[in-house]
Amino acid sequence: MHRTTSPSLTMGPVYYLWDGPKWRDFHFRIADEAPVERVVIGETVCSKRQHFIEPHIAEVIERLEAAGKTVVLSTLSLVTLERESRQIRDLVADSEHMIEANDLSALGLLNGKPHSIGPLVNVYNAPTARLLAGRGATSICLPPELPFTSVEKIVAGAPAIAFEVFAFGRMPLAISARCAHARSKGKIKDNCQFVCGEDPDGLPVKTLDRQSFLALNGVQTVSHTCQALLGELAGLAACGISAIRLSPQDCDMVAVAKLYRAVLDNSLDADEAIMLLREIYPTAALSNGFHHAREGAAWVARARDTAHGRV
Amino acid sequence: MELICPAGTPAAFREAVDAGADAVYCGFRDETNARSFPGLNFSRQELREAIAYARRHGTQTFVALNTFMRAGDEEIWYRAAADAVALEADALILADFGLMAHVAERYPEQRLHVSVQASASNVDAINFLVDAFHAKRIVLPRTLTIADIARIAPQIRCEIEAFVFGGLCVMAEGRCSLSSYATGKSPNMNGVCSPASHVRYRQEGTELVSELGDYTINRFPAGEAAGYPTLCKGRFDIADSPAYAFEDPVSLDVMGEIDALSAAGVSALKIEGRQRGKAYVAEVVSTLKKVLSAGPEQRTALLMHLRGLSEGQKTTSGAYEKRWR
Repeated sequence: MHRTTSPSLTMGPVYYLWDGPKWRDFHFRIADEAPVERVVIGETVCSKRQHFIEPHIAEVIERLEAAGKTVVLSTLSLVTLERESRQIRDLVADSEHMIEANDLSALGLLNGKPHSIGPLVNVYNAPTARLLAGRGATSICLPPELPFTSVEKIVAGAPAIAFEVFAFGRMPLAISARCAHARSKGKIKDNCQFVCGEDPDGLPVKTLDRQSFLALNGVQTVSHTCQALLGELAGLAACGISAIRLSPQDCDMVAVAKLYRAVLDNSLDADEAIMLLREIYPTAALSNGFHHAREGAAWVARARDTAHGRV
Repeated sequence: MELICPAGTPAAFREAVDAGADAVYCGFRDETNARSFPGLNFSRQELREAIAYARRHGTQTFVALNTFMRAGDEEIWYRAAADAVALEADALILADFGLMAHVAERYPEQRLHVSVQASASNVDAINFLVDAFHAKRIVLPRTLTIADIARIAPQIRCEIEAFVFGGLCVMAEGRCSLSSYATGKSPNMNGVCSPASHVRYRQEGTELVSELGDYTINRFPAGEAAGYPTLCKGRFDIADSPAYAFEDPVSLDVMGEIDALSAAGVSALKIEGRQRGKAYVAEVVSTLKKVLSAGPEQRTALLMHLRGLSEGQKTTSGAYEKRWR
């Protein structure tokens, strides 16, 4: 559906291990203050972490819904154990909420039910998007790796689906059966003692020449740079993108959401927003390279972009 | 168990067939497969001749079309599938749902294998691919232990192929954008990982520095063998201590566990290495073929010999062994 209205904002799932109260309070604040329409919650990276947020899920859903937000439940992105499979089967069978599939098992189990597709499922073209729509997908958050040229074609080629783009946050780049995060602290996955909880924004991985490069988040590897599509929002809206995803980092996400909303509403200039974003989230350099068909870590400044006729 | 062998060139293909491969897998000379390296792969005519050669020797040919179709250019992948079907490939190895749906609908008689790049790592995922696209075989991602495979096998409705020897992805295959983050080129979109076009070596004092794109991937003191800068096998700084953050420069070798893999339900053993030369392919295939039929006492010597063929001489059983996690 090509919308003439401005895209809405979605708050993605917290990828990092935040302790229960921090996770709860984050969502309470999003409920009360952030101009987002949808909030995706649930452990997406490592099933071992599940119990940290479990006691707070009901109260978080209640608070978000009371604030008028749509709650979507995220599934695990790498499922190998029987326990993990069972958890997804139970979720699909019992949930009254929309589910966001992040692996193929969830895709299979959700066949025939309305559902969302997360950015960790490989949707690289319109035939794949149409196939998923035929099985019940109503919205798809496209993988961060996709260039805008692909985004445009997928949106145009699958008009029945609402598409979302990953526009803020460190990009999920890889997931492994092995926990590099635990290993870096002398543990292995099976006796990890949740050391990833010590790094609520990821553990920096630098090159031997001290270049900031990646960050470890348990079994997931994320980019050092923070995806920041701000100058690109108008182009994304024009091509028919329905929603803009913000992926939580350990910073003021309410301020991030307000900033993106303001740019979408044309009440804040993108260049100014980029400067403000650097103050809100000074930890990581900004990048938008994937969008511009460059290396993902690259930052393509707006002037250059405009010179190529894209806003 | 079947032995599934790699071929990046017609010469390596013939070597694999002559060495006793049950099946050889290969790809077209373009971005439709995940080893789209300069100088590798097959023209249509070369594949026609290779398939004929294989058939005369009772060997099957699998064609890998295991990258993800670039939006707007799907026709390149559809044409590759049409050509592979017309050339009578015994199986197509696919990763993209859109392409799987196309093949299942257009060529219902064509045998469809699920590439490791599809990342189907559990019962529900695999059965989804069997139900939706009539997949006959799954190539398992290198994220499962042998015990996991034994648990999964009786619950799925297709054959299992597992990697046993050669390069090792540390990350779940088909779900890794590390390469494109540093270089703009990825396995999923371009069929390359840590591409040579973006690799540089420079001498700095006594150290040799390897770089991928703008990033240092390793520094080798004088005397240490310098490896290729595959991103996930690089040495990095975490909290000021340098280490192989993801994996050492090792390759996979679980040939010592073939009885356990067989008991777990694996019916085909896959060798990685379409980028390797024909001499390597011939040596590895013939040695593995011998391992499969050898008694326990001969096996040890053969496995020792194999170890010498592995890159960097160091091997791992990777995720097949629980402690690797």
